[in-house]
Amino acid sequence: MFSASRHSRSCRAKSRHQARRQVSRLRSTRTVGVLLLTFLAAFTLAPPAAAQDMLPPAPYAYKQLADPAQEAKAQALMETLRCLKCQSQSIADSDAPMAGDMRHQVRTRIAAGEDPEAIRQWLIERYGDYVSYTPQVKPITWPLFAAPLLFLALAAFLLRGRFRRRKAA
Amino acid sequence: MSDPAPKKGPGLAVWLPLGLFVGFLALVVVGLYWPADREVSSAFIGKPLPAFDLPPASDDRPGLATAQFKEGGKPRLLNVFASWCFPCKVEAPQLAALAQQGVEIDGVAIRDRKEDVAGFLKQYGNPFKRIGKDDLSQVQLAIGSSGVPETFVIDGKGIIRYQHIGDIRQEDIPLILRKLAEAQ
Repeated sequence: MFSASRHSRSCRAKSRHQARRQVSRLRSTRTVGVLLLTFLAAFTLAPPAAAQDMLPPAPYAYKQLADPAQEAKAQALMETLRCLKCQSQSIADSDAPMAGDMRHQVRTRIAAGEDPEAIRQWLIERYGDYVSYTPQVKPITWPLFAAPLLFLALAAFLLRGRFRRRKAA
Repeated sequence: MSDPAPKKGPGLAVWLPLGLFVGFLALVVVGLYWPADREVSSAFIGKPLPAFDLPPASDDRPGLATAQFKEGGKPRLLNVFASWCFPCKVEAPQLAALAQQGVEIDGVAIRDRKEDVAGFLKQYGNPFKRIGKDDLSQVQLAIGSSGVPETFVIDGKGIIRYQHIGDIRQEDIPLILRKLAEAQ
């Protein structure tokens, strides 16, 4: 009846401490900084959840690339790749260790000069279209791309009749 | 004036909301009782193992490299596991049974520490010929595996022939043996 996954899973939403860290840098008030730090400590010092590996995250799981242009490319790609463990999150959103390893993979490949779409294809070759949130253009997705055009054409057709009638009146 | 038109009954339209509701209910029931398959199977079946060379994850077993899969003519199992993975412990007796029947099993330990692997093997048995240490899930990603445990049948030429997602249970053993025989 209710099927449980057969994999060992540990899904956590990416904690907001990274965003907060950036925010705290912007704030000048010291007390706010102290409060945020306490908040951070509460997050980072939390004991690891059960069924979680003990290794530190991959080098580029949480570290941005030095080159902002490359990092922007990596970020854009990571937001459109599905986390295979937490399947309604992107790898940019997920704190699952596997998502961290995927981010590391994406960042190191981008840093090596690989094209983002080539990395997407590399993953699609292994996991199928499901791994990409951006739909691929292929026969099965043609209706997806054709429908808006068809609706626009239909609207134009209907409106044409309407304008003509108004002119005649 | 003339007679008002005879009043029409509410007609079929009145049933429309109820119909929509029943349709919605049916959708909910279908979704609840027959949920969509959430397993992501590898799209890499039928393709050769990608190149990798992993250091050993255990002191008494060598590491794991692609080349080793191409030298023997015999199909092997590639078990993706981790000491921190609960279903992997449940799977251990089945792997031991397969190893006892002469099946050669290689392991890839995902994001694991040597001491944890050693503890795991000590407690649950070591059916592996070789164990590679995959700290960045690189091999896992390269073969399209999306979790632990997963078991792949690799033929004598290093081609991935079958993927078993989740732990191997008692009832799965005949299937695994058949897939190994098919990969001969």
